[in-house]
Amino acid sequence: MISQLFILSSKGDPLIYKDFRGDCGGSDVAEIFYRKVTELPGDQPPVVMHHKGYHFVHIRHFSLYLVVTTSGGVSPFILLELLSRLATLLSDYCGSISEKTLSLNVALVYELLDEVLDYGYIQTTSTEMLRNFIQTEAVVSKPFNLFELSSVGLFGAETQQSKVAPSSAASRPVLTGRSDQSHKNDVFLDVIERLSVLIGSNGSLLKVDVQGEIRLKSFLPSCSEMRIGLTEEFCVGKSELRGYGPGVRVDEVSFHGSVRLDEFESHRILRLQPSQGELTIMRYQLSDDLPSPLPFRLFPSVQWDHGSGRLQVYLKLRCDLPPKSQALHVKLHLPLPRGVASLSQDLSSPEQKAELGEGVLQWDLPRVQGGSQLCGLFQMDVPGLPDPPSPAPPLGLGPASLSFELPRYTCSGLQVRFLRLTAPGTPGNTSPHTWVRHLSHSDTYVIRI
Amino acid sequence: MPYLGSEDVVKELKKALCNPHIQADRPRYRNVIQRVIRHMTQGVDVSSVFMEMVKASATVDIVQKKLVYLYMCTYAPLKPDLALLAINTLCKDCSDPNPMVRGLALRSMCSLRMPGVQEYIQQPILNGLRDKASYVRRVAVLGCAKMYNLHADSEVDGTLVNELYSLLRDQDPIVVVNCLRALEEILKHEGGVVINKPIAHHLLNRMPDLDQWGQAEVLGFLLRYQPRSEEELFAILNLLDSSLQSSSPAVVMAATKLFLVLAKEFPHVQTDVLVRVKGPLLTACSSESRELCFAALCHVRRILRSLPGHFSSHYKKFFCSYSEPHYIKLQKVEVLCELVNDENVQQVLDELRDYCTDVSADLAQAAIFAIGAIARTYTDQCVQILTELLVLRQEHITSAVVQTFRNLVWLCPQCMEAVCQALPGCEENIQDSEGKQALIWLLGVHGETIPNAPYVLEDFVENVKAETFPAVKMELLTALLRLFLSRPAECQDMLGRLLYYCIEEEKDMAVRDRGLFYYRLLLTGIDEVKRILCSPKSDPSLGLLEDQAERPVNSWVSEFNTLVPMYSKACWAAISSPQVSEPHGPEPSGNGVLSASGSLVSENKEERQPLCDSGSFLLLPNGQLTAEQFEKTWLSLEVAHREVFPWQGVAHPDTIQTALQMVNIQTIALSKAGVQPWKAYFSAQDGAGCLFLTELLLDPEQSQVRLSVKQSQAKAEALNSFISVLKTVIGTIVGIKS
Repeated sequence: MISQLFILSSKGDPLIYKDFRGDCGGSDVAEIFYRKVTELPGDQPPVVMHHKGYHFVHIRHFSLYLVVTTSGGVSPFILLELLSRLATLLSDYCGSISEKTLSLNVALVYELLDEVLDYGYIQTTSTEMLRNFIQTEAVVSKPFNLFELSSVGLFGAETQQSKVAPSSAASRPVLTGRSDQSHKNDVFLDVIERLSVLIGSNGSLLKVDVQGEIRLKSFLPSCSEMRIGLTEEFCVGKSELRGYGPGVRVDEVSFHGSVRLDEFESHRILRLQPSQGELTIMRYQLSDDLPSPLPFRLFPSVQWDHGSGRLQVYLKLRCDLPPKSQALHVKLHLPLPRGVASLSQDLSSPEQKAELGEGVLQWDLPRVQGGSQLCGLFQMDVPGLPDPPSPAPPLGLGPASLSFELPRYTCSGLQVRFLRLTAPGTPGNTSPHTWVRHLSHSDTYVIRI
Repeated sequence: MPYLGSEDVVKELKKALCNPHIQADRPRYRNVIQRVIRHMTQGVDVSSVFMEMVKASATVDIVQKKLVYLYMCTYAPLKPDLALLAINTLCKDCSDPNPMVRGLALRSMCSLRMPGVQEYIQQPILNGLRDKASYVRRVAVLGCAKMYNLHADSEVDGTLVNELYSLLRDQDPIVVVNCLRALEEILKHEGGVVINKPIAHHLLNRMPDLDQWGQAEVLGFLLRYQPRSEEELFAILNLLDSSLQSSSPAVVMAATKLFLVLAKEFPHVQTDVLVRVKGPLLTACSSESRELCFAALCHVRRILRSLPGHFSSHYKKFFCSYSEPHYIKLQKVEVLCELVNDENVQQVLDELRDYCTDVSADLAQAAIFAIGAIARTYTDQCVQILTELLVLRQEHITSAVVQTFRNLVWLCPQCMEAVCQALPGCEENIQDSEGKQALIWLLGVHGETIPNAPYVLEDFVENVKAETFPAVKMELLTALLRLFLSRPAECQDMLGRLLYYCIEEEKDMAVRDRGLFYYRLLLTGIDEVKRILCSPKSDPSLGLLEDQAERPVNSWVSEFNTLVPMYSKACWAAISSPQVSEPHGPEPSGNGVLSASGSLVSENKEERQPLCDSGSFLLLPNGQLTAEQFEKTWLSLEVAHREVFPWQGVAHPDTIQTALQMVNIQTIALSKAGVQPWKAYFSAQDGAGCLFLTELLLDPEQSQVRLSVKQSQAKAEALNSFISVLKTVIGTIVGIKS
């Protein structure tokens, strides 16, 4: 059972504090926690901490700390899952979760906590059930405007070509409901894949891992049945093969409990009755065999002149996406040896930018078209090396890591064929807008040098 | 948190709350109340507006009510008399037609943590248990637990307990789970809620109705149920099969634990279950939530203890990625070194070698120690990698490599030659105490095969004045004395200088005593020195010391899916160890120490006699036991005596071993100095042939030592005599150290 729950800002100010049982110290626990978490020596795992007979378990959500205290006898998985569910709930209700939105919506958050936990026991976390009990309306920090096109997101909608939903459309409170009727009936379906890749210094592929999920955010007030059609060639496991093409294969799939799978075997259709709010319908993962080539290849060459202490790094980045696709916000991050001072650069196109951060070289490429190749030549001085400098390059160079987003692209090849709502939402309203988006982004994409 | 000007704020709030204009304007009124709550959250003491808040509770605005009740629950313990005023409103709300209001009022009323509230809440709770709205029943059921905990000393109300047991059959799944929780708390002195066969099967049937939290908790309660027959057991396992594939990690882990516990007599079922949760566990290990990932990794390590090869084919999942936080990387390194096998050893070592040059010194050292652990099986490859790392001439790397070498030489003597070749030159790149100690130890013990060993030690002797760590000086003394035995010509002069320095100039008493001890030992003749210093060493083949032994699943299953695996071993030991009661050890006075250490050194057969002879109790000098015999006997015996006493300073193996040798207690195995947890095993035999096996476990954080003695024949008197001898000796050593 949980004794207390509190949310701290990154600076340690308590934003929310609730004591359920009154058995784990007074309200100074938040202070104790913050002191402990900031004073930790580097090698201690900070997820759980102990203080005078009770335990702190916390997660970090963006810059906030969500913390529970317990006197033990409870599964860490329940606590961690609850905390992340709570973070989702709060962003469902407040639009987004940040220091500002939380302090604007104190009453709403306490109301939620009151229903989610009683005497430290979890009661319910379903958005649908909680909706009946929540009376406060969310205060949104900035009024939402659907037509604010300056913030057009990285992914447009594919199903409705005439309209483009800004990326912020999905980050508004689920339950603003009563005041603006017009935006009530949007459904967002996102296929999001996280890619973690490790490439050895000889160019060999050491590890590929794709973690995918299909996430649904529904603003529909009533529960109409939804049918989601996935790529027909979709198959699970190594043995199964469908269709004649190469197929879209994943290693493992798990579905949310509310998904009905009667048509999954035959037609790859998922059926469910979504409630308002966010829901992860399906998670899948795939490792080692990707159907398509990796999005990026890096060909580095490093020259080290130990006489003058000059380090020359030549990076060639090749994008192996199909020519029509592109990668956005590509950032290459290369740790450098300690004490690197001056940087001279020679980049292949003007929109790129490279700068020297704290001990790292940051190379920004805002947009990379599939099939293109970009290169940069960087020269640096490494002063203050021990005498005599060793012939091996100094420690701390590399590995390079890339971060990027690939809109309208999934590495596994999984696509949502259609999204249909069988019973339209509220009568008298226009039919709901459905937005289907595909996105891959890098979790870690590391290339050893 | 002292907030400046908080008094003004409270005054202003009070004024606003009393203002009739604001009270009439509902949004403004609510706004003021929200500000009170906000200040309360920040730690400002706003209890002085309690009266005004009580007034604000009489409203039809349900949001305002919720806020006021939240306020009351927080400050009721401070203002019990004022809180009683609010009871009226709360009681009235408990019979409101709106179930939401009823529930809210009942929940708040039960959460007022103040004495005397019990008499007011009893009736509303009983009404609530029979309410037709499930929402109110949920609240009322937990209300029973709250009421009971307010007066934990009161008698358990039998009718209430029966009512709760019958509510286990309620329609609403949350009421069912709440009943279990409430019963658990009310009956905690009687061992918690009883799960008999009908209840167990009822719960199993309700499983599909529950949400993930309910499922996870019910699975926890089912751990208590003991199926009557094998058929029933397997029927239950079949029913729960789908829980193992749940998308919620909490349910999967709870189900895994239940399976492992229920099938504790069927190891093949346990293995099968662990194979089946491999997928979900690996998913959690690469989860987007770092914290979940960490929890999963900790549990993977537990599983690997019993099934070392379990995740070997998935080793790539445990490669660190660049952006992961430190604590995950360290866990992954630990996991990696536990799942090596013949097929993946090359890849894993390549990966670990990359971490060795990581910018973070902690990770680099962890990776080096991990390679050292792998080296116990794959010695040649690892020693080669480690030797190559020395070329980098980085301080933290060299130090870690030398420490690894020290442990390796001890465990795998066959790699001695390679290590000895790699050592020369290391001394230039070691600055920290641990690394220096390791290097000096290696030079002392294997000095005869390292040509320049005396010259390296000579450098240390030259600079001993500037040395800041006493432990290094002590290690240097021992090492030099050892080397003197094998290469006297090169060492005699500097040994003299070092002893002179330690005795005449050294400020640290422990070092000085060590110097004196060796000096007097040398006076007794070279044969005696050899007998003491080169006495049988602790045996590396002893599994007990290493703690590497494979453990059966049943040994850790009770800790599975709790917070225990989330702490490091040392950390958990510190949390769970009982507080030291009274120091039991003999109080070493200044005189006692001197005479004791004097008698230790000017030892003679006749003088030794009184020390180990207490009454008719006599330990035999030739009670030699091999490590295997010891281990076998140790595991077969029960602990006859357990004790905790305080311990200061660093346990130095050689001193302890030498001192105990004097009273005929033989050292079987010792950890290196500074290793955590530090352990030692001793054996002794008395005249009647009774064996005494002893374990010392040092906990440096609490500065206490745990002593367990096992006895081959149950003789209380002999046991007491043995313990008093042992404690006298240890007390003397502790005295020297302190």
